[in-house]
Amino acid sequence: MNSSLPAPTLSESLFAFTLVLLFAAPLAIAGVALTNTGLGRSRSAAQAFLGNLAIVAVAVIVFALLGAALAGDPSSASRVFHLAGQPWSWIGSGPSPFTSFAVSGSTFSTAQLGMLFEFLAVALAALIPWGSGADRFCLAGGCATAAVLAGIVFPLVAHWSWDGGWLAQLGVNFGLGAGFLDFGGAGTVHAVGGLSALAVVWIAGPRKGKFPKEGFSNAMPGHNAVYVLFGCLLSLVGWLAWNTAGAILWLHAPLSALPATAVNTLLSASIALAATFGITRVRFGKPDASMCANGWLAGLVASSACAAIVTPAESLLVGLVAGIATPLLVELLELALSIDDPSGAITVHAVAGLWGLFAAGLFAPHPGQLLAQLVGIATLIGFVLPLVYLLFAILNRIVPFRVDPDGERIGMDLHELGGGAYPEFVIHRDESYR
Amino acid sequence: MKYAGLLVMPAGFFLTIAALVLFPDLARRGVFVLCGLAVEALGLGVAVRGHILPRGETQP
Repeated sequence: MNSSLPAPTLSESLFAFTLVLLFAAPLAIAGVALTNTGLGRSRSAAQAFLGNLAIVAVAVIVFALLGAALAGDPSSASRVFHLAGQPWSWIGSGPSPFTSFAVSGSTFSTAQLGMLFEFLAVALAALIPWGSGADRFCLAGGCATAAVLAGIVFPLVAHWSWDGGWLAQLGVNFGLGAGFLDFGGAGTVHAVGGLSALAVVWIAGPRKGKFPKEGFSNAMPGHNAVYVLFGCLLSLVGWLAWNTAGAILWLHAPLSALPATAVNTLLSASIALAATFGITRVRFGKPDASMCANGWLAGLVASSACAAIVTPAESLLVGLVAGIATPLLVELLELALSIDDPSGAITVHAVAGLWGLFAAGLFAPHPGQLLAQLVGIATLIGFVLPLVYLLFAILNRIVPFRVDPDGERIGMDLHELGGGAYPEFVIHRDESYR
Repeated sequence: MKYAGLLVMPAGFFLTIAALVLFPDLARRGVFVLCGLAVEALGLGVAVRGHILPRGETQP
């Protein structure tokens, strides 16, 4: 067991400013939720949005009861083993949020803000797989996956990368730059969420009629492009708050560095949108609204790893790669690999998050930083994905993820809630059931 | 096949950990970490192929 250290403190004004930023950060959650709902079908819209809220609620409760203590914070005690003469802090043993939030007085500790940041982060991470399971993933299954992510997986990764765990200590213990850098949660939130989405899609299988016996896959377009695109705008506000708050908390960035972080976030999203717009315009003859939304989000996700580290020119490059890769990968996953991911979360959150982490190492000034980032990426792909798959496969035996075929036929709203999101609209029959 | 792929991926992760423990210099560590990532990519490829369903099927 490693002993605790006093938590770093902030000035009163910086504490207040960071708190205000964290109040705006849930707009990223709202944006992702709205985008995912718009990308699903109209007959599942109410279930999708209720699922978003239920998943956030379950994730926050489970994280408070179990996950927060396992994640710990950089100043609290943690469980350590020694290997090759170095300490490896693998899990936190911090105080429960019920006791640490009760502390009052005149000190403005980063520990409390860090915990609030993690509460929001776990909500977003747990939400990401829900969009990928749209139109066949039941509410109980979604809430169960959120509980597993919030209680086991997210706390492990959050401890390793933010709360003084072995990835964060790669710089101190092994001379690898400043250790694994992930101030905005590109790995801890988005890659974890995106890889969990892949596990959900693998376990639940594709929507009925998506991949017919003959011919290409059937297009099942989202039901509301306005939701999707307005969700992107909401996400921008949330992401600006998220990245700047993360820079203060995990990189100890001064206030003067925050405008550059915000500009880099905006540049990355903008160039990614432009790149996706151009690619879909060339490939399909007209720009694709939902794909452009995915490109925008991919640019935001990639910026979460590197906006506080890179220059504006480098940020443009990071966003450009994310924007070019997004439409190509979404197509590759669907057409070549038969992966039915309605929200594109695997590409937008997992791949763009991993690319952002790599780019942070590529452009960081510290020697050895790229290697630290590669170790973090290897941990996410080689440890977190198999762990999530194993846990979800066990969970699927207890709470089946997929609704019965009749539920898929009549829509998730009627099947799970007994009423639709748009009761006065005529819901068109699904052509794939002919 | 899908389970074989998912088992190969942690092997790649442990290679990257071994790189940190065994090699003090940055160059050899880097090569070993890249080998670990390559093994993970191989495992991921096998897992992806193993999860591709026959056309028309919806249940894994």
